[in-house]
Amino acid sequence: MLAYIVRRVLYAIPILVGVNLITFLLFFVVNTPDDMARMQLGTKRVTPDAIEKWKADHGYDKPLLWNAKEKTLTKTIFFEKSVKLFAFDFGAAEDGRDIANEIATRMWPSLALAIPVFLVGLALNITFAMFMAFFRATYLDFWGVVLCVAMMSISTLFYIIGGQYIASKVWHLVPISGYDGGFDALKFLALPALIAVIAGIGSGGRWYRTLFLEEMSRDYVRTARAKGLAESVVLFRHVLKNAMIPILTGAVVVIPLLFMGSLLSESFFGIPGLGSYTIDAIQAQDFAVVRSMVFIGSVLYIAGLLLTDLSYTLVDPRIKLE
Amino acid sequence: MRILPRIFLIALPFLVGCEGAWNDPYSETARRGMTLYSSFTERPKHLDPVQSYTEDEARFTQQIYEPLLQYHYLKRPYELVPLTVLDVPKAREVEGGKFTVYDIRIRPGIMYQPHAAFVSENHSLGRERIGKLKAPQELPLGTRELVADDYIYQIKRLAHPRLHSPIGGHMNDYIVGLAEYAKKLKAADQGGWLDLRQIPLEGVERVDSHSFRIKVRGSYPQFVYWLAMPFFAPVPWEAEKFFAQPGMAEKNFSLDWWPVGTGAYMLTENNPNSRMVLERNPNYRGEPYPSEGEAEDRERGLLADAGKTIPFIDRVVFSREKEAIPYWNKFLQGYYDSSGIGSDQFDQAVRMSIEGDVGVTPEMEERGIRLSTSVATSIGYVAFNWDDPVVGGYQGGESAERARKLRQALSIAFDVEEQINIFGNGRGIAAQGPVAPGIFGYREGREGINPVVYDWVDGKPQRKSIEAARKLLAEAGYPNGRDARTGQPLVLYLDTVTRGPGDKAAFDWYRRQFEKLSIQLEIRSTDWNRFQEKIRKGATQLFRLGWNADYPDPENFLFLLYGPQSRAKSQGENASNYLNPEYDALFERMKNMPNSAERQKIIDRMVEIVRRDAPWIWGTHPKEYSLRHAWLSNDKPNNMARNNIKYLKVDTEKRAELRAQWNKPVLWPIALVVLALAISAFPAILSYRKRERMAARPAA
Repeated sequence: MLAYIVRRVLYAIPILVGVNLITFLLFFVVNTPDDMARMQLGTKRVTPDAIEKWKADHGYDKPLLWNAKEKTLTKTIFFEKSVKLFAFDFGAAEDGRDIANEIATRMWPSLALAIPVFLVGLALNITFAMFMAFFRATYLDFWGVVLCVAMMSISTLFYIIGGQYIASKVWHLVPISGYDGGFDALKFLALPALIAVIAGIGSGGRWYRTLFLEEMSRDYVRTARAKGLAESVVLFRHVLKNAMIPILTGAVVVIPLLFMGSLLSESFFGIPGLGSYTIDAIQAQDFAVVRSMVFIGSVLYIAGLLLTDLSYTLVDPRIKLE
Repeated sequence: MRILPRIFLIALPFLVGCEGAWNDPYSETARRGMTLYSSFTERPKHLDPVQSYTEDEARFTQQIYEPLLQYHYLKRPYELVPLTVLDVPKAREVEGGKFTVYDIRIRPGIMYQPHAAFVSENHSLGRERIGKLKAPQELPLGTRELVADDYIYQIKRLAHPRLHSPIGGHMNDYIVGLAEYAKKLKAADQGGWLDLRQIPLEGVERVDSHSFRIKVRGSYPQFVYWLAMPFFAPVPWEAEKFFAQPGMAEKNFSLDWWPVGTGAYMLTENNPNSRMVLERNPNYRGEPYPSEGEAEDRERGLLADAGKTIPFIDRVVFSREKEAIPYWNKFLQGYYDSSGIGSDQFDQAVRMSIEGDVGVTPEMEERGIRLSTSVATSIGYVAFNWDDPVVGGYQGGESAERARKLRQALSIAFDVEEQINIFGNGRGIAAQGPVAPGIFGYREGREGINPVVYDWVDGKPQRKSIEAARKLLAEAGYPNGRDARTGQPLVLYLDTVTRGPGDKAAFDWYRRQFEKLSIQLEIRSTDWNRFQEKIRKGATQLFRLGWNADYPDPENFLFLLYGPQSRAKSQGENASNYLNPEYDALFERMKNMPNSAERQKIIDRMVEIVRRDAPWIWGTHPKEYSLRHAWLSNDKPNNMARNNIKYLKVDTEKRAELRAQWNKPVLWPIALVVLALAISAFPAILSYRKRERMAARPAA
């Protein structure tokens, strides 16, 4: 298994170089180093000299990908800005703040929201899906599916704005937005977490229902029933266990990405997490932050896929990683 | 399963909050003393006064840093008054007018806020100790008196090679020796702390511990206005040395994020992602609340605290609100003391009578919310690129005359009043020239109208008829919107920035204005960077732009049309590249004059020239509307300065009472949801039991 993990880690290097290159190209197609300088210095009374000075100070006075003058790849913006990423040295944002410090500070609010949403959402989706599977082909199943489709069709933004309006504005139960550390975070996270869980029921419930129904059509389920086992025992003890592989495929891969935060929820609820950090960086044309967040996102995604593979061996002894 | 009720019981007090309403977003600590609650949308990029230039940053820096001068809080037109100086410095010409000298005397006894930088032991902390710090205030704190050297140090910082001061280039042209000083500093810079005290600057001279002198090239009367901006606020050398220690940058401890000032407030919590907190500076000397103001200020209660020592407020909590809906709702719930009005909330907040009087809606009135309006010292306009062969005026002769008539025709057809009503909810006034109201040189009434576009009818300006515009268009050689020589329809191009899908309606409206003259308008919308690039290269025909005044002097508006400031030729602020030798000559004379009848006469002539030449479609001076709750007093809009918090006052008891009244939790929906879940579970339970009791499944 160790050899498998090492091989996968080595595979990750060219992927990360590619992701970094694509991010770089996409960013600099839209923003030139001059644009970045103007964004930081403002538009009033900025002289061409000031722009050149800013670029030189921030390492943006070099060619983008190929230094034709010195015939080298290394004295370019791409090389100089990318190499350090592989040592997880993110450097400073264009406004001077240390990126690693920002990430370390902002990951906690993101996790404080994402982890409960993930766990509660997963439990609720599985429960709801099993409920529908248990009552398959009845009116309960029919209306459950209708509800799921209806919930899937509604935009997340609608859940957020509607939730804020009802829970905070009309019923005055929780703050409409904001964040605080420690236990105070609970009152700020209750509403966004609830909304995120509810917004995910539609798609999650349908997906897991399909998995369970597929499992329930297998021979071992018929055998279990023939043995006289109660339907609840069949479902929880046999079907759920055997449906774990597809559940894990979907669930484990997102675990590392929980760290990245939610772009929409964090923005609307004023949660100072990594999702809003990324959005702010894109708006501020802060390449240092954008490339760092994309890099971290890619690393986490690769880690998620690896974890998924490893988790298969835990739930299915027949699988061997070589 | 028993654990769930336990978790709920533990969590309940936190969900509810120890006191106050359930939806109160503030902690107990934030509610201490007289606290003002405000918000910010964009995180500040810089809090270092040498770099900070935006309004988002000024709302923090101007409470903390004290430049030499400030604007009188109540008087209008804006008037400079001393802040840390004994008197407003007077310009003194030397060497036959080759230079101007400003002698500055600082008031003795002004102390800095408590800060770790003033304790010498804190200048050699070591990485390990710094690594354990959460904020610089955790260290032993000290203070010292403000001296002239601190201002001199900051002026030198304008040329610092690693600090990118947005006005560094501009000041190089004026402060004697500043450009050369920048070169010296670059040569001396070896990373780490650059001790500017060791390198003298020719144009700034220390006279004694509380006096210094600034020498400016030529005559630059507007220089005093710069002395009221944070660029000219004092920075103690100790602060730079303290923050230059290894390990500080990794913790985001820098002067850019932890300001050190003498102002009424000091920054005690700096989380630009979520919350910024200012607290009263215990070393602040106190200032008397102004005793004079505009005629109506007494009636508005703005002089009720005259002579009392400010500041009144102990603490200011700024919460970050990126979205308009939560921000507005929190204001209505009483969690923000004042608020701007977004276009989506305008109808809910403001009502206009048929006579044009503006007030709050009954819903707002019921909550005691009051409205303040003020015309901003800014202008939004549509510019013609002077270098364009169709609409520009560079060609001279007959072509220039044709283009001038075309611009005039378009200025008439472009109905600014309608634009303000449709897209600005009536919040603005149509501009008659480049100078904004409230600025010397602006003329009200009949003598202030633009005769090219308006007639004076029944005591008010009336836009000329579209027929007049068509006549001008025909004289320009485009009868019915077609080129008389080629017969081809006239197509014009407007460059603008796309902000979102909502722009479509505005673009359609723009097209309709041009269609009135049968002219086709092609809108080339792009992002901000490309838009700016096009303007810099002069690759535009028409474009939308705006200007927000730096200081209340007509020079700050009229220089936007000064030829040598051409954006395409010299990267200056004249984005339309307008060039008129007479205007330029008058500008040269006007810019160095004190406000006087003669200056007014020159301004009148300059305005007359540009009205006739019409290099811009004179757009809008926006009107700013803001709402405040009944418990907030002494609030007067100030477009020139943001150091207003020290004047504000909050009736905290009234606020607490109203907040509790407005935010009583409604609990019945929780019971209803539980009941609904129980009822909906009932058929499932029945069905489950029925299934489990079935003897066998019916045959398929």
